[in-house]
Amino acid sequence: MAKRQKRFEVLADRPVNKDGFIKEWVDVGLVAMDSPNDPKPSIKIQNGVVVELDGKRRDDFDMIDYAIADYCVDKRVAEEAMAVDSLKFARMMVDINVPRAELVRLAVGFTPAKVVSVLRELNVVELMMAMQKMRTRKQPMNQAHVTNVKDSAPLLAADAAEAAYRGFAEIETTVGIARYAPMNALALLVGGQVGRPGVLSQCAVEEAAELNMGMRGLTSYAETVSVYGTEQVFIDGDDTPWSKFFLASAYASRGLKMRYTSGTGSEVLMGYAEGKSMLYLEVRCIMVTKGAGVQGLQNGSISCIGVPGAVPAGIRTVLAENLATVLMNLEVASGNDQTFTHSIERNTARMLMQFLPGTDFIFSGYAAEPNYDNMFAGSTHDVDDYDDYLVLQRDLQVDGGLKPVTEAGVIEVRNKAARALQAVFEEVGLPPITDDEVERATYAHGSKEMGDRNVPEDLRGIDGFMKRGSTGLDVVRALAKRGFRDVAEAVLEMQKAKVAGDYLQTSAVFDDKFNVISSINHPNDYEGPGTGYRLTGERWELLKNIPQAIDAEQI
Amino acid sequence: MQISEDMVRQVIMDILGAAQGSAPKANGSSDAPPPLSFRELGTAKVGTDRNEVVVGVPPAFGKAMTKTIVDIPHSDVLKEVFAGIEEEGLKPRLVRVTRSADVGAIAHDAAVLSGSGIGIGILCRGTSVIHQRDLQILQNLELFPQSPLIDRSVFRAIGRNAAKYAKGEQPNPVPTRNDPMARPRYQGLAALLHNKETQYVKLGAPTVELAL
Repeated sequence: MAKRQKRFEVLADRPVNKDGFIKEWVDVGLVAMDSPNDPKPSIKIQNGVVVELDGKRRDDFDMIDYAIADYCVDKRVAEEAMAVDSLKFARMMVDINVPRAELVRLAVGFTPAKVVSVLRELNVVELMMAMQKMRTRKQPMNQAHVTNVKDSAPLLAADAAEAAYRGFAEIETTVGIARYAPMNALALLVGGQVGRPGVLSQCAVEEAAELNMGMRGLTSYAETVSVYGTEQVFIDGDDTPWSKFFLASAYASRGLKMRYTSGTGSEVLMGYAEGKSMLYLEVRCIMVTKGAGVQGLQNGSISCIGVPGAVPAGIRTVLAENLATVLMNLEVASGNDQTFTHSIERNTARMLMQFLPGTDFIFSGYAAEPNYDNMFAGSTHDVDDYDDYLVLQRDLQVDGGLKPVTEAGVIEVRNKAARALQAVFEEVGLPPITDDEVERATYAHGSKEMGDRNVPEDLRGIDGFMKRGSTGLDVVRALAKRGFRDVAEAVLEMQKAKVAGDYLQTSAVFDDKFNVISSINHPNDYEGPGTGYRLTGERWELLKNIPQAIDAEQI
Repeated sequence: MQISEDMVRQVIMDILGAAQGSAPKANGSSDAPPPLSFRELGTAKVGTDRNEVVVGVPPAFGKAMTKTIVDIPHSDVLKEVFAGIEEEGLKPRLVRVTRSADVGAIAHDAAVLSGSGIGIGILCRGTSVIHQRDLQILQNLELFPQSPLIDRSVFRAIGRNAAKYAKGEQPNPVPTRNDPMARPRYQGLAALLHNKETQYVKLGAPTVELAL
C-alpha cells in the first residue's frame, strides 16, 4: 500500500491483530456451530434399540453413533423429548418457571443434532442464563494449574499450598520431563493439604502412569482422558469409545474421581471433521462421556481454543459446549485454561462467559504460577492476574472461587509446604531438598528464582520410590514422624476418601473438614431471583474485603 | 511491566520481520515458492543400508503446498534436514507417504522403511517427528509440535539428531521451544492448512520413493 492512514497503522499494531482469524470453510468443518453438513435431528426406536439416529440407519453407524445410541440415549424418554420443539426447549432453558430437573430429565432423550438445534437458538446472554440454572453444583468453584519449567518439587509444593489457600478446589500438575511425574504428584499432594485440607490434586501425564499414581494414592482425581467426535480422529488417537470406557471403569473401581476431556476444534485440527460443525462434534463427545457413566467433563475447546477462537461465533460456541455438558447433568470444568489471544480485552470477555453465570470449575486450569512456568503451554490468567480477578469478583459481586489473602498468610503456607515436603523426601529416600530451596520456594515469583536440581539424581530417586512400591501411606507416616501431624491427617483422609468413594458423585469436592460437596447434597436450585447460589453473608464479607481497600476508620 | 524471555524473543522476531520489510505473514499468500521437481521411483521398499535415514513427507509437500507456516520454502526444509543427516556421515532417503497426513504415522512409516530404523516425518506446515521403527506410532524419539517455531536451524538439528540415533548414539534432544502465543496467532491457520493437506491423502495408498 502506498500511503498508510495513521489510525490504521496504530490499529495494525494492537495486540488483537497478532491473533489469527480465519473465514469459515464449511467443507472441512472450519465452522463453529452451524454447518450445512450437520445432520437433522431424528430418532427411531424398535424393541428398545435405536435403529436410526440423526438420519443415519443403524447399519451405517460409526462407533461413536453406537456408543451414543446404546449407552447415552435414554430410550424411555427419547420419543417424548425429541417431540419437543427445539425453540420451545431453548425457551424452557431460560425460563425460571421450568425447573432444572425437568430439562435434565428430557435431555437424556436427545440425539446430538437435537442438542445442537436447541443451542443454536440461544445468544450468549441466554446461554449464560441457562448455565446459571443448569450448572450441577450449587456453588461455583475453580481449578488451578500448578507446574514449573524446572519440575522443582519444593516450588511445586509451595505453589500448590498457595493455590489451595487462595481457594482453588482442585489443583492439577503436569511435567516438563515425563519421569518426574510421581515427584510432582507428591509435591501437590503434600503442598495442597498444607494450603487447605481437602483440596483435590491430579497429575496429567500418559494414561497408564496416571492411573498408577492414582492407585498409589499420590493423586486424588484425573481428567486428561480424551474423547473425540469423529471415528477417524479416535483411531488416530489409537483409541475407541470402549477403550475409554474401560479406563473410566478402572478409575471408578479404585475410588478415584475422574472426568473426561474434549473440546471444539480438535477434530478439524486433526483434519477429519467430516465437514460437521465443531459444536455438533463436541456434543457427540459429551454424549459419549454421558454414555460411559463418567461424572464429568473438561471442555470449552481446551488446547484447541485457537481454532474456535479464529472463526465467527467461536467463543459463543465454547459457552454452548459448556452448557451442553451440564444439560447432560455432568460436572463441567469449563476451560479458560490455555492462551487464547494477545488481547487483554478478548481474554477477559471470553472468561466472563463462564465467570458470570458460574460453572463447576470456571477455569479448568488458572495458572497458579507465572505463565512462563505453565507447562500446559500457558493459561489465560496467571498469578499476576490474581488481584484483577479479586477486584472483578468484588465489582460484580460474583463468586469466582478465589478469596483475598494476606502476604503473611501466603508466606506461611508456602514455607510450611516446602518444609513438609523436605521432611517427606528425607523419610522416603528421595534426594534432599535443601534449606536454601525451602527459602527460595517460599519467596519465589517463579522458577527463575529457584536453583537447578540434580535431574539425573532426582529421576533415579523417583524410580527407586516407585520400584519400592511406595504409596500415600508412606507419605502419611513420614509427615507424622516429622511433626507435621495436621498434614499427615489430611493426606490420610484423602486416602480414606477413596475407600468410601463418596467423592465419585457428580461435581464432588471436599471442604476443609473433608465433607463432600457435590451436586447430590448441594444441587443447584436456581429458579430465578432470590433462589440458587447468592454471594451474600459471610462469604461476601470475605470476598469484598480486599487488603488494598481503604478503611475510613483508619484515616 | 515484566519482561519475559518470550517477549524479548517476540520483539526480536518483530524487528527482524520489519528489517526484511514485512511482518510475519500468513501462509497461502500469492508469493508461494514454485513446486519442487520430484521424480517418483515407484513403491518404496524397506532399506537394507544401516547408514540411511528416511525422510517421509505427506502428499501435498512440495507440490500443492510449497512452504511452511512461517514461509520457509519446502526446498530449504529438505536442504537443511539432508545437510544435518550428511553432517553426521549418513545418507538421507526421501519418500512420500500417501496414506496419511498424520505426522506420527508418516514418521513411523519412514522409520519402518529405513535401513537404520530411524525416520523423520515432516508436515507441509513444518510440524516434525523423529521416529524409530520399534516404537508405537504415538510414541516418538523427538517431537516438534509447534510449527511456527521451527526455523532452518531446527530442521538441520532434526536431521543431525536423527542421524545420531541411527548411529546408535543418545544425542541431547534438540532444545524444545515454547511460545504460548503461537496458539492464538497460528492455531486456526494450522487447522486450515492441515485440512488442505488432508485432502490429498489416499487411505490405503502405497508410499512412493522420491528423488529430487
